[in-house]
Amino acid sequence: MQGEGGFGEMEKQLLKLKVNGQEYELYINPKTLLVEVIRDHIGLTGTKRGCETVSCGACTVMVDDMAVKSCAVLAVQVEGRHVTTVEGLEKNGKLAPIQKAFLDQGAYQCGFCTPGMLMSCEALLKETKTPTKEEVREGIEGNICRCTGYNSIVRAVEAVAKGNYREG
Amino acid sequence: MIHDFTYLKPGSLQEALVMLAEHKDDCKIICGGQSLLIVMRQGMLVTDYLIDIKGLNELSYIIYDKKEGLKIGATTTHRIIEKSELVKDKCPILVEVEKKVASIQIRNWGSIAGNLAHGDAQAGDLAPSLIALGGKVKLASSRGDRVMPLEEFYTGFFENAMKNDELMVEVQVPPIRPRVGSVYTKFNLIGNDQGIVGVATTIEVGHDSTCKDARIVLGNSGVTPIRAKNAERVLMGKKLGDQLLAEAGEAAASEADPVSDIHASEEYRRHLVRVLTERMVGQAWEKAICAG
Repeated sequence: MQGEGGFGEMEKQLLKLKVNGQEYELYINPKTLLVEVIRDHIGLTGTKRGCETVSCGACTVMVDDMAVKSCAVLAVQVEGRHVTTVEGLEKNGKLAPIQKAFLDQGAYQCGFCTPGMLMSCEALLKETKTPTKEEVREGIEGNICRCTGYNSIVRAVEAVAKGNYREG
Repeated sequence: MIHDFTYLKPGSLQEALVMLAEHKDDCKIICGGQSLLIVMRQGMLVTDYLIDIKGLNELSYIIYDKKEGLKIGATTTHRIIEKSELVKDKCPILVEVEKKVASIQIRNWGSIAGNLAHGDAQAGDLAPSLIALGGKVKLASSRGDRVMPLEEFYTGFFENAMKNDELMVEVQVPPIRPRVGSVYTKFNLIGNDQGIVGVATTIEVGHDSTCKDARIVLGNSGVTPIRAKNAERVLMGKKLGDQLLAEAGEAAASEADPVSDIHASEEYRRHLVRVLTERMVGQAWEKAICAG
């Protein structure tokens, strides 16, 4: 409810969610975006704020294994759901297959799109174990990269799909 | 920056309609928010109350009725529709259109009704496509329900026929008859961006392959989706031919009422309408003959 006369501080709301397997209880203003919760409240700054108009994909995270743009999702809407950010990809200090493949294929230059790109690729691989080249290109259609020309990213996903990288 | 609002999360459709009736003058509905949050962040839209229907699973469904066709619940995401075997079987064109909507991330979170009810839906892919398919929308309020053709839903610039206590709860697509072909395309510079112009067409042919019925709908060519009725009339009773397609394209271009903006001039948009109408009518016609 709004404060007296409607000009008071917005009452904070309880939000329970899981990020990278860790449970969080936060008190937030309901207008807070998921990207703000991840970066400013939880402090995981791998997820980037890019265009903030749902165009560039730099803020992509997974919600229940679905890729979404965290700049266009109200944090209150992920109540009770499981969010995975780029920090959640590595297991026990070891890079995930898609991360290793990005390194080997040089699938990044400046690195700004990389966290979002990795999450889109990971979501694609969770959904389709052996995607075609076309499916990989569709899978990253919502992520803009100004450095690589995308081919190295496609190669990285294909390398993982081929089984060149074992988990762990 | 987004202005403060009071967040309301109804647990059922009934509760949502009660909240809507109570706050109808100062609330907005959010589902996926893939369009809404952009205009809220730009400060173009300020609301006291935000009613969140994203969690209403009772409105997330796809069913098929032999008589009435596909019925898709309001909160069903684009991605669910795109991946639905039922939709693929009964209305494959809708799967093709859904794949053109923005990007996977947006289709994962955004809903069909949110797309159609958003003020700028005329620039989207679904509104023109569903009008060409004879689609309808079901609107609910605490006063009762009503169903209206989507064609009548859009009334002006960022305006639609919904009363401020109404909620779009269902999208309906009638069964596709035999010898009917539907297609949709848009022209844009970046794949899956909003179309600079979009054209959706449905053609029904008779046994002799003449045009029995036609629907040509132009997207982003005016303040609402526009049915190019003169172009449709050009086709009625005729056989497919290059000259006829050119005439239909010409008619559609003069019926379009586009604006000039950063993406394209009015003249260029009319040119696109002419070319895309020719192409879409031809393709829909051939599809209709094959479906016979």
